[in-house]
Amino acid sequence: MGKLAFLQSLTGHAGRVWSSGWHPGGKIFASCGEDKTIRIWTKADSGRWTAQAVLADGHSRTIRDVCWSCCGQYLASASFDTTVAIWDKKSGEFECNATLEGHDNEVKSVTWSRSGNLLATCSRDKSVWIWEIHHHEDQEDEYECVAVLNVHTQDVKKVCWHPHEDVLASASYDNTIRLYRQDTMDNEWGPSALLESHSSTVWSIAFDATGKRLASASEDRTVKIWQEYAPDNSLGIPCPDNRPVWKCVCTLAGFHSRSIYDLDWCKQTGLLATACGDNMIKIFKEAADSNPNEPTFELLGTTAAHSQDVNKVVWNPACPGMLLSASDDGEIKLWQWNESD
Amino acid sequence: MTKTKQNVSSVQYRFGTVLRFFHSRRNFSVIFPANKMTELENINPNVYKKCEDRKLTIDDENEDVVDPFDEREVFDLIRNINDPEHPLTLEELHVLEQSLITVDNEKNSIDILFTPTIPHCSMATLIGLSIKVKLLRALPPRFNVTVEINPGTHASEHAVNKQLADKERVAAALENTHLMEVINQCISAPLK
Repeated sequence: MGKLAFLQSLTGHAGRVWSSGWHPGGKIFASCGEDKTIRIWTKADSGRWTAQAVLADGHSRTIRDVCWSCCGQYLASASFDTTVAIWDKKSGEFECNATLEGHDNEVKSVTWSRSGNLLATCSRDKSVWIWEIHHHEDQEDEYECVAVLNVHTQDVKKVCWHPHEDVLASASYDNTIRLYRQDTMDNEWGPSALLESHSSTVWSIAFDATGKRLASASEDRTVKIWQEYAPDNSLGIPCPDNRPVWKCVCTLAGFHSRSIYDLDWCKQTGLLATACGDNMIKIFKEAADSNPNEPTFELLGTTAAHSQDVNKVVWNPACPGMLLSASDDGEIKLWQWNESD
Repeated sequence: MTKTKQNVSSVQYRFGTVLRFFHSRRNFSVIFPANKMTELENINPNVYKKCEDRKLTIDDENEDVVDPFDEREVFDLIRNINDPEHPLTLEELHVLEQSLITVDNEKNSIDILFTPTIPHCSMATLIGLSIKVKLLRALPPRFNVTVEINPGTHASEHAVNKQLADKERVAAALENTHLMEVINQCISAPLK
């Protein structure tokens, strides 16, 4: 067992905090919410986290999501105002130096690829867009839309890149998860896998460190673990078109009493954290004697974390066990997971 | 087919336009069956008697008595919401009934079932949203409010319930000033 120890509560946003994202160095994070602002938080010498900057003029409606690029130089924000803003600090201060337009409706999620050259966005308009970034020395960066993927039949809630490869995953109100990759022949982006099992909206998805597994969180109050099976897998699972297939290998049911809005799979510790509409954060881990093709996950801890829905949980990428949560109650909280209490 | 687009009443048309913002475009026909778009849907709805006002008891005035939220109190908050089409309240149309409200004050949960006047009512999402907004404003934020269609009383029951349960889409709808005007009209107390 273990315990999620409370470190600090951060207030400042007016109203619901929708999302938050760690800088890859783990010493800065950004948060956003219905007050249309982005806050950049850093750790002061006293050890307390404080807002270092408030970015208030980028969007005209709710900011639904924020994400740092893997190089740490750029921050992207997705808004209900249908745009995505790209912020950087080249001038010394955070400035919005590009606005990506094109979605017909609210943008729900934004994510940078591992390489840093690709950005993905998704929207209420049912589409997923992939943008390529052309960096120029001493000039403005250029963003080119290289794919508009219209495979989902409903509102797309979340996009997430694979940890090593240029493979994108998206989750939707249509209850499915889709994977996309580039065709090796013509370099065109297209759907490569369909993951069907949830019975309601899929709110969030996260890969594990290997990228061969994916966890998903849904309105149907379950978490599912999906496993990739490549062609010629030892189990004899058929792979049509010689493409890897994804199978649901585990369903965590009965643990959550309301919609699960987010989850994050820690790349360092393997811990899986979930954010739920019942105000709880739960921590799961794969059992030591678990069969990889029928894995068992154990609930390690439950914390009544907030006074309203928890919207986001995200593990610190550099500091193992440090967790950030954001809630409808307007607060952001920092936690430290301690193994064996 | 004698009815044509010329027969569209201005009220109908206005709501139709506004609701477009809330419904996803491709799904529009599910929520708005085409043949229902051009006429007032339920011309002669059944009208029911209002219930009597709640009687104040001595305990109600005693500040020392803990007074948790109950079904009657929640019903009183929403019974006077106006129907989008008729100059009647949701109580008078039996869209809302106290017996279809469940309150668990301890668990911070309120579940409301509402009954559209007809199974193809295109206003179902708007009515549900009005109930949500009213309670969002009136109740402390600790409550989780679920608003669903009384099972078996609407053709697109599942789609409407899913839409109303999606807090992200509700939040986006509430940022739509046109839609909020309509909802505020429904929520405001009827003219005496």
